[in-house]
Amino acid sequence: MVFEILLQLTMTGLAWGSVYACIALGFVLILKATDVFNFAQPELMMLGAYMSFSLITYLRLPFLASFFVTLILMGVVAAMLEMTVIRPMVGEPVLSVIMVTLGLSNVLRGVVGLIWGYEEQQFPSPFPYEPVIIFGAAINQAEIFTVAATAVLLIVFFLFFKYSESGISMRATAEDTTTAFLMGINVKRVFTASWVIAAVVSTIAGVFLATFSFLEPIMGFTGLKALPAVILGGLDSVHGAIIGGLIIGVAENLAGFYLEDYLGSGMNEITAYIIVLIIMMVRPYGLFGTREIERV
Amino acid sequence: MTVTRFCIRTYRQDLKIFRSPAAKVSLAILMLLLLTLPVWAGRYIVFVSCLCGVSVIGALGLNILTGYTGLISLGHAAFLGIGAYTAAILSAKAGFPFIAALPLAAVMAAATGAVVGIPTLRLRGMYLVVTTLAFQFITEHVIYHWESLTESDRGIKLATPYIFGIKLDTYESIYYVILFFAVAAAVFTKNLAMSRTGRAFVAIRDRDIAAEIIGINLAKYKILAFVVSSAMAGLAGALHAYLVGLIGPEYFVFSQSILYIAMIIVGGMGTVLGSIIGAVFMVLLPEVINAISGPIASAYPFFSPRIGAVAVTVYGLVIIFFLIFEPQGLFGIWIRLKRYWKPWPFTY
Repeated sequence: MVFEILLQLTMTGLAWGSVYACIALGFVLILKATDVFNFAQPELMMLGAYMSFSLITYLRLPFLASFFVTLILMGVVAAMLEMTVIRPMVGEPVLSVIMVTLGLSNVLRGVVGLIWGYEEQQFPSPFPYEPVIIFGAAINQAEIFTVAATAVLLIVFFLFFKYSESGISMRATAEDTTTAFLMGINVKRVFTASWVIAAVVSTIAGVFLATFSFLEPIMGFTGLKALPAVILGGLDSVHGAIIGGLIIGVAENLAGFYLEDYLGSGMNEITAYIIVLIIMMVRPYGLFGTREIERV
Repeated sequence: MTVTRFCIRTYRQDLKIFRSPAAKVSLAILMLLLLTLPVWAGRYIVFVSCLCGVSVIGALGLNILTGYTGLISLGHAAFLGIGAYTAAILSAKAGFPFIAALPLAAVMAAATGAVVGIPTLRLRGMYLVVTTLAFQFITEHVIYHWESLTESDRGIKLATPYIFGIKLDTYESIYYVILFFAVAAAVFTKNLAMSRTGRAFVAIRDRDIAAEIIGINLAKYKILAFVVSSAMAGLAGALHAYLVGLIGPEYFVFSQSILYIAMIIVGGMGTVLGSIIGAVFMVLLPEVINAISGPIASAYPFFSPRIGAVAVTVYGLVIIFFLIFEPQGLFGIWIRLKRYWKPWPFTY
């Protein structure tokens, strides 16, 4: 029994971790390309999940169709947000930029509350509800699909950044915006593209999270746990964000179950933050982040 | 000699708190209005003014940390919570009097601030922001789950405060206590900003390596900023607890931390007047929203459960609006108005 429970918890943790990893990936993409730390990322995830929910329940679209329509809609939303709200803030002090994205997250949360209300809603999951038995452990199919989809997504992005021209120009901009600009890269387009990609990635995370969880406007706070993942992995490291997300997903699920007897319920909500506090004491630049050396 | 004509002020004049007689007069009028407020205003206005006063103290505290020292904290509400719960537990469970619980709440918050301040010595930028965010969520969790001490979401009912034998059981009476502390906090911050310590804070904000080179002890001043800021937050939290009488975890959640940052940004970062205006503005905003949206909600009942979303959205829009169009905040508008009226009726 002990092993089955452990396996089950780890699998659930990996599914949550994949969701965190996707949101964290969005954070890092935007941060690297535009130097904006986007606190509205979890809300973009939430908006995507709700949009997809409405397309399925009200317009009666099949899951896959609604999924792709949502991706396109969210891409448009993100591009508009970037051009209207974020563009004027490029180059402003860190706090101002953070606050704009925090303001944006408030607006998005408010809009979701206004349109869809504050009640919990059940997302019509396209995956079969019967669990699969692996090594005696009952595993939710939605979780398996989430992990698989994230893996595919990450490979696609890896190839995109490694080989496609847009991907290379985005990496160049992340490396050095000014030089990229001088080399003839359309930096503005890269800024917008990074927001679109980040929104698409977190929408995928949101839709998959909704299939094994609930839809509610506090989903944004759940998604906020991707922040510790980013910090854990190191701010400027893409693979760090993904590994950080997975570590946090698994750790909080295990802690929620095994520490409940000692520290009370709800430990899974703050495990991520405790891990970050400890890691920051030991490694102030995260696990894979580059140490900034400041020269005067 | 002609140069001196362009020097409007000397350094000595620049260092004064009141730079002109007009400032003294307008401040005196404001103080008179504030002191007589319970006489001419209704109970509701007095209560809202008390909330403003509490927020002013909290915002001034955050302003010292973020506005002057440049250390961004997303965990300010946690310090308010620690102050409030210290006061509440001491008052309700240990029977401490008001006059002892209040300073102890500030001391408790300051001690926590010192502990949180230590990791900041190594952390920079976003790493610090997320660490304070972690502190916020962990504090929220402890308040909510340490039921034997904090009563979780049932809340703690505080004993009626007495000060020098006077019972503070009405909003009018506690208003004067809050007013006293708010004014004291403003005077303290203004003086601190102009002192050696305040200049060290500003130097750290502008370039911490350069500050270290000219001989500022970074560790000492960064932790000091945290201690002072959280002590003021603790005081504000304790006053808030005594004001509302029943304190629960919902007053100290993450969105409150954002609200405090919004106050100092909307008001104008790194200025005392800005923090005060910003705090008052952000406290009045939901009251105004409620006054407008209340009738709408009662007219359309299906809409009423979602009415809270309006306030959230408007908050966000106000923050975004100020940052994009008025980065200097309300303080900046105030300065521009003053400049506009100074040479009136001539354009310049």
